[in-house]
Amino acid sequence: MAVLVVADHDRSALRDTTHKTIAAAQAIGGEIDVLVVGSGVQAVAEEAAKIPGVRKVLKAESEALDHAVAEAIAATVLPLAANYDAILSPATTTGKNAFPRIAALLDVMQVSDVIEVIDAKTFVRPIYAGNALETVTTTDAKVVATIRPTTFKAVAAEGGSATIESVDAPAASVTASFVADEVTKSERPELGAAKIVVSGGRAMGSAEEFQRVIEPLADKLGAAVGASRAAVDAGYAPNDYQVGQTGKVVAPALYIAVGISGAIQHLAGMKDSKVIVAINKDADAPIFQIADYGLVQDYKTAVPELMAALEK
Amino acid sequence: MQAARPTRAEFQVRPMKVLVPVKRVIDYNVKVRVKPDQSGVDLANIKMSMNPFDEIATEEAVRLKEKGIVSEIVVVSIGPQQAQETIRTALAMGADRGIVIVTDERVEPLAVAKLLKAVVEAEQPGLVLMGKQAIDDDNNATGQMLAALLGWPQATFASKLEIAGDVATVTREVDGGLQTLSAKLPAVVTVDLRLNEPRYASLPNIMKAKKKPIEPKTPADYGVDITPRLTVVKVAEPPKRSGGIKVASADELVAKLKTEAGVI
Ligand SMILES: Cc1cc2nc3c(=O)[nH]c(=O)nc-3n(C[C@H](O)[C@H](O)[C@H](O)COP(=O)(O)OP(=O)(O)OC[C@H]3O[C@@H](n4cnc5c(N)ncnc54)[C@H](O)[C@@H]3O)c2cc1C
Repeated sequence: MAVLVVADHDRSALRDTTHKTIAAAQAIGGEIDVLVVGSGVQAVAEEAAKIPGVRKVLKAESEALDHAVAEAIAATVLPLAANYDAILSPATTTGKNAFPRIAALLDVMQVSDVIEVIDAKTFVRPIYAGNALETVTTTDAKVVATIRPTTFKAVAAEGGSATIESVDAPAASVTASFVADEVTKSERPELGAAKIVVSGGRAMGSAEEFQRVIEPLADKLGAAVGASRAAVDAGYAPNDYQVGQTGKVVAPALYIAVGISGAIQHLAGMKDSKVIVAINKDADAPIFQIADYGLVQDYKTAVPELMAALEK
Repeated sequence: MQAARPTRAEFQVRPMKVLVPVKRVIDYNVKVRVKPDQSGVDLANIKMSMNPFDEIATEEAVRLKEKGIVSEIVVVSIGPQQAQETIRTALAMGADRGIVIVTDERVEPLAVAKLLKAVVEAEQPGLVLMGKQAIDDDNNATGQMLAALLGWPQATFASKLEIAGDVATVTREVDGGLQTLSAKLPAVVTVDLRLNEPRYASLPNIMKAKKKPIEPKTPADYGVDITPRLTVVKVAEPPKRSGGIKVASADELVAKLKTEAGVI
């Protein structure tokens, strides 16, 4: 058995989604190799080589791989596929984009968004916005799967000394090409990795109000900022803040929902948080059904009082 | 009213046909219930609708047609006989004709992609516009698989689409923000929620849609083996969160978070 994990990184460091995907690889069993793609990623490859239990780090260096273009990632992974029984990626937008392409070219049905590994061929995954959990066994010879990082515990980062090997990287794709990135810049922790998340909903009413209310509370707690779809659609917050079935899935130690009703599509992205706090003026809002601590109050008074209480 | 026939020159710049695959799914407002025998979710007497992402794809196709970039919109659905109703909804929104590939089997994204590839080969569209995921299986895979099998470029999670000549410029919603990609047509574009807001079909258009053709097919017509690769062992309820408490004030909340929960 051998498993290939495609690393998630920002070209200077690995994201912990990689360590969590390696945890899933360990549950599958066998030798584990990590593939790092992109230009100037030697330091990232060295970091991956230190993860205990990694046999080999494969490095594909090319600018064609810098922008997560699916065609380029597929062209890098496919020639390696014959050596592996399972190929895994964290279920990031990059993994979700590239992995089905890889799976189809291998004539494999992908297992998407795995939350639990039962054995090398059997996995649990959420369906219907997490309202049901499906256990599936693949009959394909090879496993191609994306792993939902929030449900796996990151493996240790230090202690190993794997070898690093270069593998072929593709030339730039001629049919799909990168034009521009508009990256949301923030000093705050990444939403997917944060210990605390403060999210705002439609109740904010404007981008200014969202920034005035949600962001200072997040900063006071050292938290990442999230939002409901309604808040993103209305332009109160950027798209990459969206938490939910079709946005990001988070599972922080503390999730604070302010002015969010708790639609099932939103809950799908945060109901595995350890502690959930809801602030909502409607005592019947569905969010209270899953909140550990509910505060029925207008956020306009509740949030300033909360800020003051945190000062004490 | 019949549109004016394009001149030869016009035809060369806009002969593009668009294929829009649509899926019949449980309505997004319905509370899903797992069957007691854990064989699946209960779909008896449950409201079914077009997958919301596919409505957005249909809307985008109709807008492209209104702009004169697209000449014909073909809608295809794979599923039980009632998938026809989903096609009718798309026809009422402005699509031109439908193809229903009837099967009562469970059809996985890989098999759907193989069927769609066969439809693409027969129909020769310049663009396939489809939802990024279906809200039942939440796989988020079919569009990427179709692009792979066709050897076409893919642009997924689109929140903006511009077409000029044979290039589609697509703004994509990604984890870090937005990415803009250009893809040479023909291509597969999968759509995200913020691409547009789908229209409601007007009554006259619903009436008109009843006369639009829907061609019935089966997977066998396309010579595609749709046997599932994944065996469903069971479908279970997710663990329930035990209900919490209401606190009376922000002070009490902070005290609980510090002492009881220990998270701040
Ligand atoms: C296909 C599909 C996918 C979707 N994906 C997602 C997703 O990924 N993520 C997501 O979030 N949604 C998603 N949605 C949308 C979802 O169904 C809800 O519409 C959305 O989550 C509602 O956002 P909200 O709670 O901010 O707004 P609302 O439901 O309008 O709730 C606002 C809440 O604020 C409260 N409120 C108002 N004023 C105040 C005040 N002054 N003080 C305190 N409370 C106040 C109200 O009582 C209410 O409970 C999806 C929908 C579909 C159809």
